[in-house]
Amino acid sequence: MPILSRETTAMIKPALAGLALGALALAPFAHAERIFVSNEQDNTVSVIDGESLEVIEVINVGRRPRAMAFSSDGSELFVAVGDDEAIDMIDLETLQVVRSQSSGEDPEVIRVDPNRPYIYVSNEDDNIVSVLDYERRTLVTEIPVGVEPEGLGISPDGRWLIATTETSNMAHIIDAEIMEAVHHRLVGARPRHAEFNHDGSKAWVSAEIAATVSVLDMVDTFDVEHTIRFDVPGVPRETVQAVGVQLTSDGRYGFVALGPSNRVAVVDQQTYEVLDYILVGQRVWHLALNADESRLYTTNGVSGDVTVIDVENLTALQSIPVGRFPWGVIVQP
Amino acid sequence: MSVGMGRYLHCMRGVVSRELLRFVHQRSRFVAALVRPLIWLFVFAAGFRMALGVAMTDPYKTYILYEVYIIPGLVGMIQLFNGMQSSLSMVYDREMGSMRVLLVSPFPRWYLLVCKLLAGTLVSIAQVYVFLTIAWFYGIKAPPMGYVWILPALVVTGFMVGALGMLLSTFVKQLENFAGVMNFVIFPMFFLSSALYPLWRIREGSYLVYQIAAMNPFTYAVEMIRFALYEQLNLDAVMIVVATTLVLLALAILGYNPARGMMARKGGG
Repeated sequence: MPILSRETTAMIKPALAGLALGALALAPFAHAERIFVSNEQDNTVSVIDGESLEVIEVINVGRRPRAMAFSSDGSELFVAVGDDEAIDMIDLETLQVVRSQSSGEDPEVIRVDPNRPYIYVSNEDDNIVSVLDYERRTLVTEIPVGVEPEGLGISPDGRWLIATTETSNMAHIIDAEIMEAVHHRLVGARPRHAEFNHDGSKAWVSAEIAATVSVLDMVDTFDVEHTIRFDVPGVPRETVQAVGVQLTSDGRYGFVALGPSNRVAVVDQQTYEVLDYILVGQRVWHLALNADESRLYTTNGVSGDVTVIDVENLTALQSIPVGRFPWGVIVQP
Repeated sequence: MSVGMGRYLHCMRGVVSRELLRFVHQRSRFVAALVRPLIWLFVFAAGFRMALGVAMTDPYKTYILYEVYIIPGLVGMIQLFNGMQSSLSMVYDREMGSMRVLLVSPFPRWYLLVCKLLAGTLVSIAQVYVFLTIAWFYGIKAPPMGYVWILPALVVTGFMVGALGMLLSTFVKQLENFAGVMNFVIFPMFFLSSALYPLWRIREGSYLVYQIAAMNPFTYAVEMIRFALYEQLNLDAVMIVVATTLVLLALAILGYNPARGMMARKGGG
């Protein structure tokens, strides 16, 4: 006598098939994302597993690693190593530096062109933005900007590039077609970072000393159309320094790292109202959203850790110790 | 046997309901019990916001505001004051003669005292949950299951501070002497513990104070509550608190023994 009747088997079979399909559909999510963190004083990049939230690998790179970016095809991670005046390129399969490209003096921030194999590099001491071809390993051009270029932002379509200069206190809007700065706008004191929103219509430029974010219209006027100010209750004003910025693609939240005030500001992307301040580690510098934007990762330079923020509930979940002075963070989906 | 068990339960119900009734009828006591920790939370802890957060320490997984840190300490404070309040009421009962009514009951004395402790503990737990609810609406939220895990920790702590109060009540002859108990027991126990500052921070300030705090059983009660509120078990703290409770309870029962305890010497009861 069979253990299961024919009717029962007929009922179970579609259920099993459904389960198998469900498992297949979930398979892409089973692959945990990886978070890369550059440790400025350790000359390493820490790799955190997105599921266990533990450091699973430490990659040795050049001296003073700061900004990072993925190649357009997602196979490599580029790391600006300031004291080596180069961009180290890490193979994301082997997690090893496979090559290095000269970048000009003191590269700090880098961005990758979404359409061409170009890396844009801000060279603080030379007052230029260098454009490197990472396939041909050549210098494409150098774009003169203001004094001490620092932050770089690129529009999602690759048309516009914004370079912020910390002594000129300006945002220089570069037309990526002609590789020339075509607009120059005054922003807050010591601008640090530029970030475009999802459709490229706005750019947020943070200013460290002014503790502000200037929102630029990137469709018509290229002017500053709003200035967001931060004031953390009970925290000395001088410790509030706006640095890293991340914007959710649904147009809901803007996150701004506020340096030694140890807070990340949550801003309504539509009304520019500051909704909340989330406590994280000491001297929070840069931020990264994961692929589905459910989590925000922050680098906390002085406390040497990364705080994981739950975006839905706007709460800090956990802080993960990494190397000394973590600077940049980027998430591989 | 079942009849006997029923009688025991009846006795327990009587002692507990008397204590709860007394608590419900004394509205000012209820308000006072809540106002004390709330002032600490809203005034003292809010003033420390500018401390830029408390560094990562177990059981917290990330940085927290000082007002988040202080919550378990204030929960302990509620229970500590309540335990002392119970001891005060025992002194009062003894002066008024109602203690005599209780102690002439046919049930064993230790059982009556345990019932009395249970009653005081239940009162303190009610106060704690009201306090945690206010803190929740103030924005200090623990994981939901933490509010369940904290319950056994509150029972053990309630018994510990209650037994301490009971033991003290055997030494305090008159109601007027209770101020001394406040100065010499409640304040040192609370301030020389991890209720207000983490032990590592106390150690940075004074090694001597750290050593005292590390020997203070109230520190472990607070840590047990802190870990339970964040869904974790601090086994060391649990063992120390349970052991302290048993010792204090035994001494209190001994103290209330008319043949051998302090009561005999004082002629009270």
